[in-house]
Amino acid sequence: MSDFTSDEMMTIAASRALGNSDVCFVGIGAPSAACNVARLTHAPDITLIYESGTIGTAPDVLPLSIGDGELCDTAVTTVSVPEMFRYWLMGGRITIGFLGAAQLDKFGNINTTVIGDYAHPKTRLPGGGGAPEIASSCGEIYITMKQSLRGMVEKIDFFTSFGHGEGGDHRQRLGITTKGPTLLITDLAVWKPDRHTKEFTVVSLHPGVTRDQVQANCGWQVKFAETLEETPAPTETELKTLRDLKARTDAAHRGPGTDQAA
Amino acid sequence: MASFMSLRDAVSQNLKDGNAAAFEGFTHLIPHAAAHEAIRQGFKDLTLIRMTPDLVYDQMVGMGMARKLVFSYIGNPGVGLLRRARDAIENGWPNRPEIEEHSHSGMANAYEAGAAGLPCAIFRGYKGAGLAQVNANIKSVTCPFTGEELAAIPSVRPDVSFIHAQKADRKGNVLIEGIIGIQKEAVLAARRAVVTVEEIVDDLDAHPNLCVLPAWTIDAIAVVPGGAHPSYTHGYYVRDNAAYLEWDRIAAERDTFLTWMKENVLDAGPEVFAGRVGKLRRTS
Repeated sequence: MSDFTSDEMMTIAASRALGNSDVCFVGIGAPSAACNVARLTHAPDITLIYESGTIGTAPDVLPLSIGDGELCDTAVTTVSVPEMFRYWLMGGRITIGFLGAAQLDKFGNINTTVIGDYAHPKTRLPGGGGAPEIASSCGEIYITMKQSLRGMVEKIDFFTSFGHGEGGDHRQRLGITTKGPTLLITDLAVWKPDRHTKEFTVVSLHPGVTRDQVQANCGWQVKFAETLEETPAPTETELKTLRDLKARTDAAHRGPGTDQAA
Repeated sequence: MASFMSLRDAVSQNLKDGNAAAFEGFTHLIPHAAAHEAIRQGFKDLTLIRMTPDLVYDQMVGMGMARKLVFSYIGNPGVGLLRRARDAIENGWPNRPEIEEHSHSGMANAYEAGAAGLPCAIFRGYKGAGLAQVNANIKSVTCPFTGEELAAIPSVRPDVSFIHAQKADRKGNVLIEGIIGIQKEAVLAARRAVVTVEEIVDDLDAHPNLCVLPAWTIDAIAVVPGGAHPSYTHGYYVRDNAAYLEWDRIAAERDTFLTWMKENVLDAGPEVFAGRVGKLRRTS
């Protein structure tokens, strides 16, 4: 086994959570990499959907945006944006929504809107885009992000998308019928919500990672499962697939369309 | 009925100070040339509507044209934050625009309701989302049949919508292909519509179910090859991802932004767009 980075471990661990029969609404960035590694390794028939309207897409390079031409060129079909959100997302046809997060709390609530007060923000972030209804309409939600004290906080500044709220049955009390966040994959560990409290709990540490490291990079008091597993290290195939994908992507985004000229 | 005219005339005849204007295109087919013409003509007090107010609105906001922004994602897609929009919202430079923020589902439904001539959009949205607490236009209604509580927001009805498309035929029927986004709804929801196209052809040669806007739904058409750059036109040229990355540097400081705007927008014209996409054209 060759060496690998914690970022690579994160992406590969996330990719393993996806299966052939999944219909996955893909967020840009880390989720996009994980979804495409899954497609290029163990889940060739997974349906990847980007909010620009591309259904069943199979990009050769990772898109910089959710609407790169590569996504349309390789899709089974491309629908309009209202159709995407009305029929496909809110119509309940997506099994997994895969999101990244700027700020996350222990119940899987996500903030990508503002740091500070909404009306007078310290930092104005891009906002939710599709996330508020992805979080409530997909069968379940996977989240992937790098751990940091700034990113994983006791209290988020804004509820861009609703996870488990204050925990427990908060989703049901709001009339939300989907499962919400069921998996969190960071650069250090795999987390799942506690069955009752819905608080994210570490169930698996990535190879070489300690409990102290997880806690040192998380702003809330971390809970660990009684039987803690070790995440299997990336296989040669997984690593090669991810690195090749990243190399193709870097080349494509650097030059003016050099890779995409037919 | 669509009239063919210069971009300058198309913008001056259809956009007015104080208008609610939508420049739409979901990553693809963003009407950059039309936005730059609007910047050159110096319009003020605009309500700028757009699902994803990326570079074009960063530029218009930075030039002080926006009184209000209606949007659902105010970022540079795949790159990060919009630095001019941030400076306006956080520091009030050059002014502090009013903000009406929605989700993509909300904006998409609001455009569709606008196209359908409805006063509002109703959908299963904003559940548990903080936007419902900071946007007074997000309300709820009870379904008269099931009792379910649903989100309701006003429809989007722009005074004028601007879009870019692949081609028009000589009568002014317009074809849009690829990621068609929200353009059809933006045109049908608006009182006036302006379209820039890559070219005019004798026959659209369109499959019966392709996205075609009949000439009588459009007010003005201007031919601007490359008019979406650094966005792209499916079948003509690819997205200039490097330019989106470069924008992050240009927009970082007020000085570099203003210098860039003078050189590339104020002192330029629609004809420069063809040259900008030269290296991005597909070769067959």
